[in-house]
Amino acid sequence: MTTPAITPEIVREHGLSEAEYQNILEILGREPNLVELGIFSVMWSEHCSYKSSRKHLSKLPTEAPWVVCGPGENAGVVDIGDGQVAIFKMESHNHPSFIEPYQGAATGVGGILRDVFTMGARPVALLNALRFGDPSHPKTRHLVAGVVSGIGGYGNCVGVPTVAGETTFHRAYNGNILVNAMCVGVAEADKVFYAAAAGVGNPVVYAGAKTGRDGIHGATMASAEFTEDSDAKRPTVQVGDPFTEKLLIEACLELMQKDCIVAIQDMGAAGLTSSSFEMASRGGTGIELELDRVPLREEGMVPYEVMLSESQERMLLVLKVGREDEARAVMEKWGLDFATIGHVTDTGRMVIRWHGEVAADLPIAPVSGASPVYDRPSVPTPPRLPIVGAAGSAPMDDRDALLVLLGCPDLASKRWIWEQYDHMVMGDTVQRPGGDAAVVRVHGTNKGLAVTSDCTPRYCEACPRTGGMQAVAEAWRNLIAVGAKPLAITNCLNFGNPERPEIMGQLVGAIDGMAAACRALDFPVVSGNVSLYNETEGRAVQPTPNIGGVGLIEDLGRMTGMAWQRPELALVLVGESNGWLGGSLYLREVMGREEGAPPQVDLPQERRNGDFVREVITARLVEACHDLSDGGLLVGLAEMCLASDMGASLDVPREATPSAWLFGEDQARYLLAVSPDALGDLRARARGRGVIARQVGTTGGRSLNVTGLVPISIDEMRARHEGWLPALMAGGH
Amino acid sequence: MKARVEISLRPGVLDPEAQTIERSLASLGFEGVEHVRRLKVIELDLAHQDRAAAEKAVEAMCERLLANPVIETYSISIDA
Amino acid sequence: MRAAVITFPGSNCDRDLAVAMERCFDKPVARIWHQDTDLPPLDLIGIPGGFSFGDYLRCGAIAARSPVMREVARQAARGVAVLGICNGFQVLTEAGLLPGALLRNAGLGFVCRTVAMQVATASSPFTGSFAADARIALPVAHHDGNYQIDEDGLKRLEDEDRVAFRYLENPNGSMAGIAGVLSEQRNVLGMMPHPERAIEPLLGGSDGLPLFRSLMGALA
Repeated sequence: MTTPAITPEIVREHGLSEAEYQNILEILGREPNLVELGIFSVMWSEHCSYKSSRKHLSKLPTEAPWVVCGPGENAGVVDIGDGQVAIFKMESHNHPSFIEPYQGAATGVGGILRDVFTMGARPVALLNALRFGDPSHPKTRHLVAGVVSGIGGYGNCVGVPTVAGETTFHRAYNGNILVNAMCVGVAEADKVFYAAAAGVGNPVVYAGAKTGRDGIHGATMASAEFTEDSDAKRPTVQVGDPFTEKLLIEACLELMQKDCIVAIQDMGAAGLTSSSFEMASRGGTGIELELDRVPLREEGMVPYEVMLSESQERMLLVLKVGREDEARAVMEKWGLDFATIGHVTDTGRMVIRWHGEVAADLPIAPVSGASPVYDRPSVPTPPRLPIVGAAGSAPMDDRDALLVLLGCPDLASKRWIWEQYDHMVMGDTVQRPGGDAAVVRVHGTNKGLAVTSDCTPRYCEACPRTGGMQAVAEAWRNLIAVGAKPLAITNCLNFGNPERPEIMGQLVGAIDGMAAACRALDFPVVSGNVSLYNETEGRAVQPTPNIGGVGLIEDLGRMTGMAWQRPELALVLVGESNGWLGGSLYLREVMGREEGAPPQVDLPQERRNGDFVREVITARLVEACHDLSDGGLLVGLAEMCLASDMGASLDVPREATPSAWLFGEDQARYLLAVSPDALGDLRARARGRGVIARQVGTTGGRSLNVTGLVPISIDEMRARHEGWLPALMAGGH
Repeated sequence: MKARVEISLRPGVLDPEAQTIERSLASLGFEGVEHVRRLKVIELDLAHQDRAAAEKAVEAMCERLLANPVIETYSISIDA
Repeated sequence: MRAAVITFPGSNCDRDLAVAMERCFDKPVARIWHQDTDLPPLDLIGIPGGFSFGDYLRCGAIAARSPVMREVARQAARGVAVLGICNGFQVLTEAGLLPGALLRNAGLGFVCRTVAMQVATASSPFTGSFAADARIALPVAHHDGNYQIDEDGLKRLEDEDRVAFRYLENPNGSMAGIAGVLSEQRNVLGMMPHPERAIEPLLGGSDGLPLFRSLMGALA
């Protein structure tokens, strides 16, 4: 086979440094050919190798008695009792979504679904965490519209409900939006499938859609910083086909009922290359591929393209010897392509043949295991000063401030988005989008899975360590708030260019904070993804470690939501309120100041308060519950009023500084609605646990009545809260 | 002046809809059908008098709105 | 009650519909693959929601030409009840078992929300257990639910009391707020809302229950 000579320019185009190329020469003892260079380039890309983050990721706790499988497989696995497990993961599709928002977001959903069903789980819930630029930026509206319809177009068609997520806006994302998708699935504990190629002689099988020239070098692209002309470059965008994905889900789950699969993995970023290398690497085996047997969609494709194609909706399987026909019958029933393309060997090498000729011959371990690990220099983010209590004179009173906050981009209702997602298909959605966490019933049982995605990037920017902690703590609180036992998290760490020490400092700080919170809350990390180089022309996104949390509700009869059903309930504030305004939305949206240290996260207090709230919810003492976070107490209460379609009164303590007490974002707090009959019991339990719980108001009426403020009607709040996003999307801002 | 814009997917871009149509035609017994392609046609009436100017305007419309250059190409025909 | 639910490639509410029927009828529900041409004796055939054949070409168009649909048409002609929900409604119009067509929503986007509607006739095997003119709330979740029919067709539907459900808050621009229509023989119902998603309070409502109870009363 003739291939062009490898010049320094070709090496550079493949995103490999000179040192990395020298390393390759040493590993091989010869020059690689172009196919081999392409394989190294994707396997050693940031996206596949985690070369800048791996050293630090190892600090994250990954174990707990209920963790069945932590990071390293396609997704994490946790025990949910009764012989069942929940399988979940979050992943980024940032760069593709910026270039082609519909297809980028759609294929992001497709990829995360495959990560979950490849392990034997039926996907039961989708979530997404979206970060867009300034709402007034000329591209923002187009990006929001495209991303939302892409997520909906894919998720709605495959028939998995999209039940929760987060959408926020900040100018730091003008040139780099973040689109992170999360999927949660449920499987039988004894039917979890892994991706370790084993059994010399077992056939390696390709199933799903045909291979085209889609997204070649997508994985490398996702690791390279944008320049202004990447708009013009327009690399081949992969196009998703949710219809094929739906067939692939059903076919794979059907095939998994027959005892013929040894290992299975989807072909995601870096396609056949990463799936085959990772499977062989996990199994400590080798693979020989007859690459010309791969079903192709286009004519004239060459081995380089077949190995690096990122065509969607494809799976790679290792079957037991002699079971190909059985597997083929299932795939063909669902109208999918099926081909035996190779077999497992014990050589520790990947040998790729193209019409009989060797096109590549590489050792597995150095390509996938011994990829470079960088200990990149980092500088810590300089600390900011706390702002507690008075924050200077405000341009408006607290009533107007509440209305501003309810209608500000980050807090405004995202109904316009989630009504475009089928959040009810599968018939088990117990709590719909818009609450603290969504809840899906485990099909055929009375158990529920609570799911949430959280991160407060402005805190992470001000102090990455506190921000990392807070993101984990907020996910934990959101699960508690619906009455779930928090089990574990997945995460997607979105940062700028790690070759800049200050960015590396953000990454290190955030991981440190996350690790501390995970440990204190018994809330381990079971899967995750890192997305670096989210910056354009030196302008990085806010550090955004999105946390996806999953919790278990053992009895759906003991669940809470944000809405109370009746008047005269006591509103009980759990936790300490010091009026922390640093890094708050009040400071940003009302005072126009993005400053101050973020609220401190007192992990023992988080733990104590959370355990208490879960105890009183489970004891059925609580009629509604809401975690207090963005916007503080008054925004939290207003959100509960809107969910309940009922008003409330709130008594500001005489000793408090009103604005700070109403809008401070002190952590570890919840607001509960409690029947007067249950109040005594609840208080006694709080005292027993050393938890601060005081009544601050009462439910009832058609408005929110706060000491010293003109009453604010539900309708006025609702108009502000619901109006902002539809107006933006109609071009009204 | 009338303009007709034909928008098609760039060569190599997956067209799942066309594939599904092709397979369905085969299952209905229409044999020997290959390379089904799906195009969008947009027709416009233009106030332009000058053909070249009209063509230029429609080209700008394609670039800015009608086609998605990431995945689509277009061809323009003008009828005076 | 002998009931069955058809699965096309891309159906995604087939399980939901079968589960709802089993729950309401307390009987197992047969599952039928789109290539089956031999149906067991049945009282009710359910055509579920979803994206049969990816919604490609036109929603429901390819499914309507599946082998199983010839058999469904034969059974419908013999009086077997056929319930098409969402994509199932689209399939029934494409198959010519119901008049009219379902176009892209007037707002162009996919809409998933619980919508208030009215039971427009209690005189059918599907709606007999509803109070006449009952106001109910059912979820909708569709991109192409905008029901359109020519003037004569509309007049016929209204004159023959064949509008089964009518939106009180029209989510998609449907003509005359039509959410569901009956065939001439009144044994085929197509509707965009999802009664199978509204059979227990835990999931947000049970206004869909009377539909299944009606069928139980009329067919079992």
